[in-house]
Order: sequence, then structure tokens, then C-alpha cells
Amino acid sequence: MKFILIMVAVLTVSGCSVTPWVKPYERQNLADPIMAFDRDPVATSYLNHVFDAREAMRGADGSSGGGCGCN
Amino acid sequence: MTSPLFRGLEKALLAKSSACTLDIDRARPHRVGVALWLLCIVVMATAHNGHAAVLPEDRVDVLYHSYDGGGAEISGPSVLVRKGVANTVSVYANYYVDEVTGASIDVDLVAGATTYQEERTEYSLGLDYLYDKTIMSLSYSSSTENDYEAETVSFGISQDFFGDLTNVSLGFSLGNDTVRRNEDLDPGDTPFEDEAEHRRYSVGISQILTKSFILALNFETVVDEGYLSNPYRQVRFVDNSVARGFSLEPELYPRTRNSDAYGIRGMYYLPYRASLRAEYRALSDSWGISADSVELRYIHPIEQLNLTLEGKYRVYDQTEANFFDDLFPFRNVNGVEFRARDKEMSAFTTDTIGLGISYELPPNWIPFMEKSSINLYWDHIQFDYEQFRDHRDPEALEAGAEEFYSFNANVIRFFFSFWY
Repeated sequence: MKFILIMVAVLTVSGCSVTPWVKPYERQNLADPIMAFDRDPVATSYLNHVFDAREAMRGADGSSGGGCGCN
Repeated sequence: MTSPLFRGLEKALLAKSSACTLDIDRARPHRVGVALWLLCIVVMATAHNGHAAVLPEDRVDVLYHSYDGGGAEISGPSVLVRKGVANTVSVYANYYVDEVTGASIDVDLVAGATTYQEERTEYSLGLDYLYDKTIMSLSYSSSTENDYEAETVSFGISQDFFGDLTNVSLGFSLGNDTVRRNEDLDPGDTPFEDEAEHRRYSVGISQILTKSFILALNFETVVDEGYLSNPYRQVRFVDNSVARGFSLEPELYPRTRNSDAYGIRGMYYLPYRASLRAEYRALSDSWGISADSVELRYIHPIEQLNLTLEGKYRVYDQTEANFFDDLFPFRNVNGVEFRARDKEMSAFTTDTIGLGISYELPPNWIPFMEKSSINLYWDHIQFDYEQFRDHRDPEALEAGAEEFYSFNANVIRFFFSFWY
């Protein structure tokens, strides 16, 4: 725990001085829509709901949380 | 969520600037505790190493969804509208409906081969606020069925670090449910009603590793308290005094459940303009369930035809809850022993294949819209249970000797998207 806290503090403070190894003008591939983790939120949200209602797995799916009210 | 980080990158490129961007990717969990979570919020809110953040794009999505499998058919619309205000605020609203008809194996066990109908309606409202280099998100959702109501409030905050290469996001949500049971009551009887509360703590980090590779890591802890059973579902126990060899009694779940989950996902840009997405997720909870899943996705645009094709494969595996049994050996005397027979609490696997196609309409084809697309996705899911048996098996010689239950489902998502 202490280690994590220290690392968060150190990385935050030192963030100003980090030189990006991938320059902004080198990010055209990353900016392509096909590289979005989730291109269509409404469609992804629905499919996550389908799995959440039928599997015990939940959370850490990269989308927002919330209740489903499904029983 | 479509990552604002990427939209930020795109904007930065167009402007030929070195502007930093922020990711709003919301609520990501953590298990090291509330103290670290609060500390991170303070650190992020006071950090000053970024540049302009970018709010989500203005867009409208109109989706029709359909699930057909295991005797249940669920379909309905979902409409999402998002609009920016004064360059610092983006608001959205979502309307979602589930129309349910059918008779699943769970209903059949308790009520026989009957068909039921019900409807669930959900409204969501959200706001993203941009201040300096930080984006804060607040949302509220309300879900209503005739026997179940749920309200959820969520808060999230995110910021880029290290020249836009790293994004950290944090989130918390609080949900309150009211659970009821539709039933015929005699005069003087009190209808069943109970409550449940859900708290979710999340933290996420995404990291640009190379010009073509980005990685994201998410943690989420969920704490449930209250009535977590299903008031309609029952367990079966051996009863040789009846012809079918078993009788039923209500299931009984613990009133608390804690789970920790993490997910790691990466996206890689292939040399010929296509992308690969890989994801691994894992969960363990206080009910003894361990679960994990792996998903691979390939996205391939065909620019000449304005098409984007997508294919994926997903495999999921979970162990059973430690109070699950398909057939309990005796009645739950005094009703104090936790018992479940929900197939979702059984050990089982699922295999999913999915195909998708998106067509981007010619520019200005629809007035006032910068861009429009038509999208169709189909997912086929195979469920194979390893402990939950099909009580309807006509060839079974005795209760508990039925074949393991399995079924498949088809999921359709058909939607229009408009950017304006």
C-alpha cells in the first residue's frame, strides 16, 4: 500500500518532465476510429448488459458502472 | 464508451499541435481501498501537466436490440442523445426498453410451461464537465419494472499524464434497488418487498506504448448488500414421496456479496489499416465464484465501399457458488442454509462468435448531420452448464440424473448513428 501511494505521488509530480516517446504527430494510427476501444457506446452497453445478466462476471469491462434492475 | 482520448489525439493531429488530451473513460475500480481512491482524486484534480481535454462528440444513436435464446425473447429500442454546451459541458440522455416474452427453464421449473410477459424501462441522464485538464462525470439512471425498481448515481473523474501517453480514471457508483414479487394475495397478507444496495469502486489506466499499440488496465470492486436472491426462483431437493422425485422451496442467498474484477485489454494497429483487439478479464467473489474471459476482435475497414467489418470470438468460464447445488439432498430445515439453483450460480462456459458490419453514409446525405452510419451486429452465444441439469429431460430415470442443460442464443444489434 505504501509503495503504491509513493509511486502515485512520484509519478504525478514527475509527470511534467516526462518526454513523450510517441509524439503527437506520430499518433495518426492511434487516432483512427478503428482503434477506439469502444466505437459505439450504446451498442457496447447493451451487449455488456446481455452478459452481465447471464454470467457471474461483472465489473472492469472498461465501461461505466450502474444498476440494471434485471431479475 | 468511445474513448475521448482518441478523439483528443485526432483533434491534436488536425491542429498540428502538441496539445495534451484527457480521457473520460469512466469509473474504474480498485481493491486497495477508499483511501487510495480519494487520494488519487485529490492528486488528479490538482495536477497541472496536461493540456486541453476533449469532451465526447455530439451524436445520436438509435438502436434496436434483440435477444433470443433459452425460451426467452427480449427486444426493444435504445436511444442515446449527446450534446455539448459551451465547450465545457457535454450532456446526454438515454432511453432504453426491454420487452420480455417467453418461458425460460427457470420459469418452467416453478410454474410449468407458461409464457410470461414483462417490460423494463430505463432512463439515464449524464453530464461531463471540463475544467482545465480534468473531466468530471456525473450520471443518474432509473430502471422500472412492475416488480423491480433500481436507481443508480455515478461519479467519475479522469486525466491524462506524461504527455498524453497515460490516462487515469476513477469512478464510484451507488445503486439502490427495490425488489417486489407479483403474486395473488389473500386479504390481510403483506406483499413481499425488500431492498438492495450496490456500491462500485473503479480505477483504470490506459497507456500508449507505441505508435500502434495501446494497453488499458481496469480494476473494479463491487459491494452488494441486501436482498440478492430472486423472489421467483426456487431450489429443488430430493423428495421420494412425489412422482418426479423432488420438491421445491425458495432459494436463499447471503445478503452480502463482494467481488473484485480486473481487465486488461490492448489494441494493435496492423500495417494495412485494420486493428486487433484482445481482452482478458477475471473475477473472484465472496460466494466462491471465480470467472474469467478472453476475447479477440478483428476490425477491418474497406474504404472504397465505406464499410467496416468486425469479427470476434469470446470464451467465458466460471466456477459455481459454494451454496449452489442442482439437487439438494434434503429440505432446508429451519430455512437457515444458503441455497441456490440459479443456473448463473452454476459452473458453466459460454462461447461467443460475433460478426458486424457498418456502412458510413455519404457526407451530407442526411441534412444537418456531419456523418451518419448504419450498423448491424450479430452475436451467437453457446451456454454449456456443468452442474445445472435440465429437469425436463424425459429420458432421465431419476431426479439428479438428467442431462446437463445447454442452449444457444442469438443477439442482434441494429442501429443508426448520427454525428452533428
